[in-house]
Amino acid sequence: MGTHHQLYRPGDSVVHRLPPQCKLVAVFAFAIVVVATPRERMWAFGLYAVLLGVVAALARVPLPYILRRLVIEVPFVLFAFLIPVIGLGERTTVLGVSLSVPGLWAAWNILAKATLGVVASILLAATTEPRTLLLGAQRLRVPTLLVQIAMFMLRYMDVIVDEMRRMRVARESRGFEARNVRHIPVVARSAGALFIRSYERGERVHLAMLSRGYTGQLPVLQEMSASARQWLVAAALPAAAAAVLGIAL
Amino acid sequence: MKSLEVSRLAYAYPDGTQALFGVDLVIERGERVALLGPNGAGKTTLVMHLNGILTPGHGTVAVAGTPVRKDTLKQVRQRVGLVFQDPDDQLFMPTVRDDVAFGPANMGVRGEELERRVKDALERVGMLEAIDRPPHHLSFGQRRRVAVATVLAMEPEILVLDEPSSNLDPAARRELAEILRSLDVTLLMVTHDLPYALELCERSLILSDGVIAADGPTRELLADAELLARHRLELPYGFAIPAPGA
Repeated sequence: MGTHHQLYRPGDSVVHRLPPQCKLVAVFAFAIVVVATPRERMWAFGLYAVLLGVVAALARVPLPYILRRLVIEVPFVLFAFLIPVIGLGERTTVLGVSLSVPGLWAAWNILAKATLGVVASILLAATTEPRTLLLGAQRLRVPTLLVQIAMFMLRYMDVIVDEMRRMRVARESRGFEARNVRHIPVVARSAGALFIRSYERGERVHLAMLSRGYTGQLPVLQEMSASARQWLVAAALPAAAAAVLGIAL
Repeated sequence: MKSLEVSRLAYAYPDGTQALFGVDLVIERGERVALLGPNGAGKTTLVMHLNGILTPGHGTVAVAGTPVRKDTLKQVRQRVGLVFQDPDDQLFMPTVRDDVAFGPANMGVRGEELERRVKDALERVGMLEAIDRPPHHLSFGQRRRVAVATVLAMEPEILVLDEPSSNLDPAARRELAEILRSLDVTLLMVTHDLPYALELCERSLILSDGVIAADGPTRELLADAELLARHRLELPYGFAIPAPGA
């Protein structure tokens, strides 16, 4: 139960207490500053990392936790490592392997910027309850349809994971075990069945919503307003990053 | 005062399957009525007409005197509280509080009045302490009770429950019965759990092949084994209800 809530670490730090819309805007602005930084200014990326370190310390999010969450980035890292190998242009030799210089720069660029962005998002997710994150998005005028879709995903994730588990148990209790590629079609059919079940559940949920007067808009039940001071606190991260960028340019 | 009046209601699904062939029924205010019938008798189809989710092919439905029509849908949906069979379908908001508030908030209730309705509804089903919890962290029985609260908060004229006892363990089943008996509201309970109907409802209707096949005191209907058998209904093993007066 509650598998998807593992990202959130309950706490009562300055960062936790900030309204979600402030944090969303801060992370977004920070990401833009990072992306706008020329890749040759390596020291600037170092300073950005230090800034995130300060936020993590304030939020009391331990480093091992962040590193564990960074695993999600691995596929991109693998891709980034491929670029210098297959890249064109001037070449250099590192540990006996011939690598493309522009490729190395491109890989560094992707790796540094993506990592900073992912860490910022991890910090956001670790300090904000998923539900309030959505309220923040709603507050920022993110299209209500998108917010509703995300809300239902949060609500029904467990239900669907549970259904998936039951289907796996049903397969295995009849002697099936996915061991090699030839078993993929069986698993794929289960995925199809799961999709249809979820679709049907969606229809039933919609009926339940209509029965209680749903007209396309979710009623706003909680007003989450942010004070000017809270906006200022949240702006500290992107402002500091922007100052670094100012020097780097 | 009639809470619900259905007359000559007929309905065929878009694919041509005829589900209801002229249903007539009247439920007076304050009555608790069981709608019995085997699977496929058209029970769910009938329920979907009561708050205008399906539009009758023929015939009429009226709730507390208001006919169910496109232009009355809003009022009708406030007056008919539908509790679906799977509470996971009914509880779609992130917390119990938001879920119970959903109905009344759609009707424009806000602020303190909304808070009062939410707390009152949860109090009536004994779930007030779960107000800030996400629904998927509750047990099945608790979820069903919260599902009842979500429609109670709309202060309906009639409460319609689809298979309320399904998937409940014996204790949860008894607790729900106690809650339902304590509510001061007209109740229509769709079920094939015959002992549950006997426990909660004075009167029962049997829906079979899209028509009302019997209407009378629950005890009398359930004592008539022949009638039950004709409509694919039977008491569970070991149960017997003596014919009244016997």
